[in-house]
Parts: sequence; structure tokens; C-alpha cells
Amino acid sequence: MDFELLTNILFATLRTGTPLILIALGEMVCEKSGVLNLGQEGMVLMGAALGFIAAVVTGHAGLGIIAAILAGMMMSVLFAFLAVTLVSNQVATGLALTIFGTGLSGFLGAGYVGMAIEGIAPFPIPFLSDIPVIGKVLFSHDPLVYFSWLMFGLIFWCFRSTRLGLTIRAVGENPEAANAIGIPVMKVRYGAILFGGAMAGLAGAYLSLVYTPMWSEGMAAGRGWIALALVVFASWKAERILLGAYLFGAASIMHLVLQGLGFEASPNLLAMLPYGATIIVLVVIASDAAKAKLNTPLALGQPYRPQV
Amino acid sequence: MKANIMRSNKLANLALTAALAVGINTASADDPLKVGFVYVGPTGDAGWSYGHDQGRKYIVEKFGDKIETNYVESVAEGADSERVIRQLAAKGHDLIFTTSFGYMNPTLKVAKRFKKVKFEHATGYKRGKNTGTYFARAYQGRYLTGLIAGKMTKSNVIGYVASFPIPEVIRGINAFTKGAQEVNPDVTVKVVWASTWYDPAKEREAAETLMLQGADILTQHTDSAAVIQAAESKGNYAIGYHTDMSAYGAKAHLTSTVHTWGPLYAQKVQAVMDGTWKSEDLWPGIAEGVTDLAPLNDAIPADVKALIAKKKQAIKEGALRVFDGPVFDQAGKEVLSAGETMDDAALKSFNWYVKGVEGKLPKS
Repeated sequence: MDFELLTNILFATLRTGTPLILIALGEMVCEKSGVLNLGQEGMVLMGAALGFIAAVVTGHAGLGIIAAILAGMMMSVLFAFLAVTLVSNQVATGLALTIFGTGLSGFLGAGYVGMAIEGIAPFPIPFLSDIPVIGKVLFSHDPLVYFSWLMFGLIFWCFRSTRLGLTIRAVGENPEAANAIGIPVMKVRYGAILFGGAMAGLAGAYLSLVYTPMWSEGMAAGRGWIALALVVFASWKAERILLGAYLFGAASIMHLVLQGLGFEASPNLLAMLPYGATIIVLVVIASDAAKAKLNTPLALGQPYRPQV
Repeated sequence: MKANIMRSNKLANLALTAALAVGINTASADDPLKVGFVYVGPTGDAGWSYGHDQGRKYIVEKFGDKIETNYVESVAEGADSERVIRQLAAKGHDLIFTTSFGYMNPTLKVAKRFKKVKFEHATGYKRGKNTGTYFARAYQGRYLTGLIAGKMTKSNVIGYVASFPIPEVIRGINAFTKGAQEVNPDVTVKVVWASTWYDPAKEREAAETLMLQGADILTQHTDSAAVIQAAESKGNYAIGYHTDMSAYGAKAHLTSTVHTWGPLYAQKVQAVMDGTWKSEDLWPGIAEGVTDLAPLNDAIPADVKALIAKKKQAIKEGALRVFDGPVFDQAGKEVLSAGETMDDAALKSFNWYVKGVEGKLPKS
């Protein structure tokens, strides 16, 4: 395998993993606060559709990103209102959100199918991108890839050593106790859900403005669901989400590259690789059952009624 | 005229079942003919399902309130589709078009239960008393685009993003390669199986992989236009499929093989209305106008354009049938000698590559 090919594979790996990282980090924060939002796919699609529409209408891809984030947040507010304020069943509400988002994005975007825009150009970081191999692999991406690293760093730090991280965890572990010591449970949950929505919307923008600058219905192609599974397999740890997403990305790319190299294996088997490899690695890492259990937010998915 | 949109998800299906329990269909002579469609992708995919929905709109336009059409989109192949097809049949549809290969067995299974309903299954090969099959001879278009690619490539490597190794897809690869080989014996066609019909990001990565391995012209047998976009961003050429994909890459897009289903659907609807419908296998192509090419890019030299026009005319007249002998397999062995031509049965069961395709054909 020559050097250039390897460089390109690694480059594509980061690109493929990025939407998963964005969605999964958002969902992780949401779940840490005890809320299970299965609406990721719907929020991603709404972000992708509205982001694309805004970019076409304004002629500005940057505004498209802002619109996508707002679209994701709007969807998540709807979820938060139903699941937190009205204490509806989180699983059912999340599923409904996905169905709603898939349909609404298809409806709103119908007039924009077949349009093409410039998309967001890569932004090679000066000097760093000139380093051989590493420069191309790490520092020649579009701004959203760097942003995903920034968010990873912030979230990792937040849950490791800040009061905010502790507060979110307390709400997710035991909302009654958190309430008793004066933490505004509802507000924290609203905030976490909104953050998840913003990240999902941003991932949508990544698909429709960066990766494949176009809108076509259902273009998330299940990434919201994969990210949801990733959060669980990564046992709610940001660093494992990063690892899992890139592993998934690498295996997805290898599925295609190996065929081009004349590797003789069933493409169906190779297509399974991303799922198989990611699950196996993350399960092996988290093989200590007792420890894994410790990471699960105890109140995940449980409705919370504030005591008056 | 009424067009209902039903989304294929569990909730919608539940609602559909509930609606069934409440509303009892009372058919009379004045009722419009109910025509149902099942699509594998969303109608907004700008590809395969979009094309079928254009066909549906054509018959709505043509027959007005004499028909009522309904469609269910994004229906997964396999068990899920059987439920959807059965519900359409139970809701009193008279004619149901199931438009993906994987609906073959579910369609036949439902057809056995609903003997009065007529079924038309696209791209399949199994028929029954009330189940017909139809498809476009898209391979004729593939062959013409192969000629263009063979003439236009500089690296002599052409990339082909494919979905699944079923006869329909293999036939397209072979027709394309045969065309390219006829005008340029040095050309090789590299195939990457994306193992999906529709995932724009993945289709794009497959295209990038092929370009990395030397392909300077790309074509695809998946449902989105991501491959065209990938070629455009790298300054390469690409050939689309299903619909005119020129919007996604004005420079890259050489042409597309397109399907026009409307007239075929109108013919079937008319047959059911007249009571002359019969189970048959319809396979119209360029001659009938069901298969065609999108407008050719100006980057294509005049002599190539003239060649395409000439070959297209020959196909129309029946003088050229794409897989006319001699046909060689990958190893260079002559499978069909000069003067012979491949029959439809052989075309529909392709499980080998012709000369010029690189790599081993995976088993489906």
C-alpha cells in the first residue's frame, strides 16, 4: 500500500467519522442528563434540509450552518416540551420526532431537490497542513472537522473537571436528589436536549453543505441511529465516542478501498465490517460489566415530575 | 384525482390498518381505478424512485379523475414490503406497481391472496397469473454511455459505483464496458460495490476511492447524484443514471441514462380499464422511448456525438442489440461468436463479467 493511498484513507476516515461524532456527542450530553432522545435521525435531516435551503436562499453556506443548528434546536425544543414539561414517554416521543423530522424535511426540501451549491470549502490550517502526511490527514479539512475536535475537547473537559459536568450527571443519575440540593433539573435537561439538537442539526449541515453539497430526501441514511448505538457502546464516554466513530469511518472506507485494490471478499461481508469492528472493539474495552454499569446514567429514560 | 402520501413506517402502517378496519370499500362501476405504487427510496431522491413518481404523475395527468393513485415511499425490501403491498391490495387498489427488485417474492405472495388485483413488478423475472413484470432496457443506454466513456478517458481507467451484484446491475456494467471496449480496447472498468442503493455520503466515498485509483470518468448504479458531484469537485467526468443529473456538475456531467416510465404506466392502466390486461413481461427500451440519454455535454467531440447518434439509430431500428457477438468473458474466452446475439433470458441472468471489467464478480 503506497503512502498516498494511506494518507487518503486516513483523511477520508476523519471525514466519514465527523457527522457521527457530532451527533453522538450531542446525544451523550443529552443522555447524561437522563433524557433518551431517539429523534436524532429526524433532527439531522431537518438540519440538513433547512441548512441547505438557507444556503440556497441567502447564497451563503455559513448562514446555512446557522440555520441548520437552529433547525436542530427547534426540533429538540419540541421534544423537550413533550418529554420534559409534559412528561411524555421519551422513547415514543423520540421515535415520533424522527418520523416527523424525516417527513417534514422531505416536504420542505422537495423544491430544492436537484439544486447544487458551492458547499463549504476545506480550510487547510497554515503551516500545520504543510507537514507531510499528518498535515494532509489532520489539518486539511473543512472547518466542521476542527469544530468537532473542539467540541470533543470541551465535553471531555466538562465532564471530567467542571461543576457543570457534575450538575448534568447529578440530574441524570438522580433527579430527585439533584432537585433537593437546589439544582434546577428541568432547566438542565432542557439545556442538554437543546445542545443535542444543535449538534444533530450541525451534523445535518455537514452532510448537506460539506460532504455532499445537495439536498435529497433521507440523505442521513441512518447515521442518527448509528450515532445512538455508538453512545451506548462507548458507555457514555466522549473519548470512546471519538474512537468508535473513527473506527466506523475507517472500516467504511476500507469496505470501498479493499474492493478497488482487488481484495477478494464478499462486498456484503465487507459492508458489515464497520458495524462489526466498532461493536467488537467498544465491547471489549467496556468488558468490565460492573464498571460499564457505573457509567450508565441511572435515571436514563425515566420521566421526572418535579415535586411541588 | 387524489394523491395520498403514506409514509412507510410502523406508525403509518398502524394507522393504515386502523383505517382499513373502519372504512369498508364499496366498489362500483363509477369508482375511479385505484392504482398503487411502492417505492424503495424517497420520491425526492432525484434518482430511481423519483423517476417512477414522475411516471405516476404522468398517468394522473393523463387519466384525470378516472384514476386515483396512492404511493408508499421508502419501503425496505423484504418482509416489510410484503405488509405494505398487502395493505395496498386490501385497500381496494386495482393495479399495484412494485418498483424494486427485492419486492419480487413479496409481490407474488400477495398476488396469490388477491387474485382480482393486478400486480406489476419492476426489474424482476418471476410472473404469476395476475403478476406481470416490466423493466427498461437501460443497458442500451449504458452501452451508448460506455462508448462515450471509452472515447473520452485519458487514464483508460473508468470507475463504476455499483450497488448489489444482481443481474440488472451486472448487465449494466457489462453493456457499459462492452461499449467502452469497442472504441478503446485498452480501457478497464473498475467496480466498487457500495452495498447500498441510497447513501449519498457513502456513494461519494466510493467515487473518491475510484478516482484515487486512477479513474478519470465515473458512472454509478446507485440512486443519488453524489458520484457526479465527486467527479465535478476533482475536475473529472461522470455519467449519471436514472435522471438527468447535469445540475450536480455542469462540467463533469457528460450525459445520463434516463428512464421515462409514464407511457408504459399509461398503457398498463388503459389495459386494466379495458379488461385486456394480461400477465406479460414488458421490456421496452430506446426504440419505445422508455430508455434514453440526457442531453450530451458540449465537451464531447462532434465525432463522438455523431457516433452516438448513429449507434442509437441502429438500436432503434433493431440492427444493433448491444450484446451481439463476438462477446468475450473476463478471461478473454469467446462466449458468443460473431453473428449470434444474446437472448433476453441470458440477459436477465447475467452472472459473469465481460472482457474489460477489472476484479472478481462477488456472489450475490
